[in-house]
Amino acid sequence: MNANGTLVRVDGVEKVFHRGSEEIHVLRDLRLEVPAGEFLALMGPSGSGKSTLLNLIGGLDRPSRGTVTVGGEQTGAMSDRHLAAWRARHIGFVFQLYNLLPVLTAERNVELPLLLTHLSRAERRKHVETALAVVGLSHRAKHYPRTLSGGEQQRVGIARAIVTDPTLLLCDEPTGDLDRKSGDEVLDLLQALNREHGKTVIMVTHDPHASARASRTVYLNKGQLSDRPVD
Amino acid sequence: MSFEHLIWSNLKRKKLRTLLTVLSVTIAFVLFGLLSSIKQALTGGVSLEGANRLVVQHKVSIIQLLPVSYKERMERIPGVAAATHQTWFGGYYQDRKYFFMQSPVVPEEFLGMHPELILPPEQKQVWLRTRTGAIVGRKTAERFHWKLGDRVPIQTPIWAKGDGSAAWDFDIVGIFDGKEKTDDTMSLFFHYDYFDEARGRGKGEVGWFTVRVKDPAQAAAVAKLVDGEFENSPEETKTEPEGAFLQAWVKQIGNIALMTAAILGAVFFTILLVTGNTMSQAVRERTGELGVLKAIGFTNGRVLALVLAESCLLAALGGGLGLGAACILVPALAKPLSAMLPMFFFPVRDLVAGSGICLGLGVASGLFPALQATRLRVADALRRM
Repeated sequence: MNANGTLVRVDGVEKVFHRGSEEIHVLRDLRLEVPAGEFLALMGPSGSGKSTLLNLIGGLDRPSRGTVTVGGEQTGAMSDRHLAAWRARHIGFVFQLYNLLPVLTAERNVELPLLLTHLSRAERRKHVETALAVVGLSHRAKHYPRTLSGGEQQRVGIARAIVTDPTLLLCDEPTGDLDRKSGDEVLDLLQALNREHGKTVIMVTHDPHASARASRTVYLNKGQLSDRPVD
Repeated sequence: MSFEHLIWSNLKRKKLRTLLTVLSVTIAFVLFGLLSSIKQALTGGVSLEGANRLVVQHKVSIIQLLPVSYKERMERIPGVAAATHQTWFGGYYQDRKYFFMQSPVVPEEFLGMHPELILPPEQKQVWLRTRTGAIVGRKTAERFHWKLGDRVPIQTPIWAKGDGSAAWDFDIVGIFDGKEKTDDTMSLFFHYDYFDEARGRGKGEVGWFTVRVKDPAQAAAVAKLVDGEFENSPEETKTEPEGAFLQAWVKQIGNIALMTAAILGAVFFTILLVTGNTMSQAVRERTGELGVLKAIGFTNGRVLALVLAESCLLAALGGGLGLGAACILVPALAKPLSAMLPMFFFPVRDLVAGSGICLGLGVASGLFPALQATRLRVADALRRM
């Protein structure tokens, strides 16, 4: 985080994909600042580059031009190995389709990121219990993903994202695959994490109901950001 | 949870597929154990070779005989420590199918030349003074249930006695063992004097000589000197290391090592394809999950290790079961096969080699899928969940 409280700074970012000889400009000269502690909703039509921007902020991809700085560290300059370690420490990902490993129980899915730390088995267990308690699923710890509802699976996904106590939560359409009730529960949880635990949240969504929970909404269209919805 | 748990959980994901792959690897390693044991049984005697021993035979072929008087001339050649002779007797016990190696020897010279054969001193003494005495290897003694004091008739189609009889009686006065498990304990040795006096033809002639050199490093030079000594004589010689001589015997029943290697090669190549295919399929199915692991901070190295560990575990399970089964199966088969293959056992060196091959199979079958997994772009992989 820099002196003026900005956690994420996206500066002049362009992202170009190549399909054969064709160049596809997904993001163009994009600028965005996200202060620490903000709950930002990122909206836009399909193919507007929302997920690409989220991937760049989360260090899953690198910009073709420009810089992405998170917590004072420029992700584009890091080696793959350094970037992986940085993600493990600072970023929590929540995916639309939960992306849990079907062969592991809920508690073991949550424990996965902790395998990369130096915590003892007992310490890891304690962290897992806390994370599952925060999402209200302590009683489902021993269950496999296939025996959980969509809402419960997403809450396990959120527990996995917060178990390492990351600075930034990046959520890619976290309610996109849920019914309204389950979606609301997930949004309540994200809001609580933002307000009560001080987590900075960036959430990609195209659901206005979801974006209404955020403290600020920005709109992405044809690779560029604006503060107003696109017609 | 640990990484081991994660690897094990992944293997349990498709239980039937894992089971079938493990079974195919198991069968390959059982086959490996059996073929190694057969190879051992057929070539076991070759380990009798000594690094400091040369074999001198007739230049034309081993069937042609050499004068026994060559011995003194050989012993006068610089670099030769001692020389002794043997002759192919070609006999069998009771029935032609009970064939084994016999040879007339000069007992003291022979035992001095072959320190790897262990004969109790009191049995040695009895052998030295018993003209019709013979010593026999432990394997053959057990095979025919011979014991000390037995008189055994051996028939030979090669050496008829002076009276025309082809049956030779020997008194078993000693049973020898080998220093190593691989030493030949299937042969029977008896007095050359008794043989030479009783045979109807070829008196004063022997099959081949074994020469011990003073310095093994000079063996090739000594071999040349020996052949030079008898050059232009009616019976010219061919001298070679004992190992090469014994290998030539083995080659008479085909190049066993090559055949075994060819069969094993074909089996392992097939298994490699099966296991490699299983691993590739497993990685393809889990592309999205590998993307998640990378997203939450697993490095490429860790993903590579996870996939490789999985394939190695698969190979280790199959290989371990296969080698274990071979260790049980080979001793169980050894008894019924003892008449045909007395040296049938699974050598420890092949067991160690099998374990190494098992690890190699795991790495080779997992490497390509593991590299595929490391090359995945996280963003692309996550879309394939």
